[in-house]
Amino acid sequence: MILGKVIGNVVSTIKLPVYQGYKILIVQPLNDKEEPKGESVLALDTVQAGVGDTVLVIDEGNSSRLIMNDSTAPVRTMIVGIVDAIK
Amino acid sequence: MKLGKVIGNVVCTQKVDSLQDIKLLLVQPLNEKFEEIGNPVVACDTVQAGINDIVFYEGGREAALGLKNWFNPSDLTIMGIVDQVNIGE
Repeated sequence: MILGKVIGNVVSTIKLPVYQGYKILIVQPLNDKEEPKGESVLALDTVQAGVGDTVLVIDEGNSSRLIMNDSTAPVRTMIVGIVDAIK
Repeated sequence: MKLGKVIGNVVCTQKVDSLQDIKLLLVQPLNEKFEEIGNPVVACDTVQAGINDIVFYEGGREAALGLKNWFNPSDLTIMGIVDQVNIGE
């Protein structure tokens, strides 16, 4: 899992049916000091995160498919938690 | 998933059977500000995207799962067409 910050959202009407009903957010990966690191990625939201939230992101297909309960879902990147604090 | 812009299409007659009837598009990867990053890539199309469409695509194993016949050697697949990107509050 990686830490990231939600910096925006993506609106899409025409997409694969498996993506229907999920919000797509743009996430900027962060390092341990919460500084931006690397290129942004698009992630499906499962926890109602919003812009400005620091979030926990998985970038691994099997975990995403488990969460979606669909063994053939073509989804890899997912927001699975909102971070309250890093100590 | 990543953002990209469709900049062309690829015509390919001789290809593996499992990719027959799949449209191949040339996609320029973009960042969230729509600035070009890296070199263009070829992706399989599932959503009837066209030239100049902003799309999002997935790579790896999930690219193969995005196509109807998911036992295929696809490396990148376009998953949707982007209507709008909102940055910031």
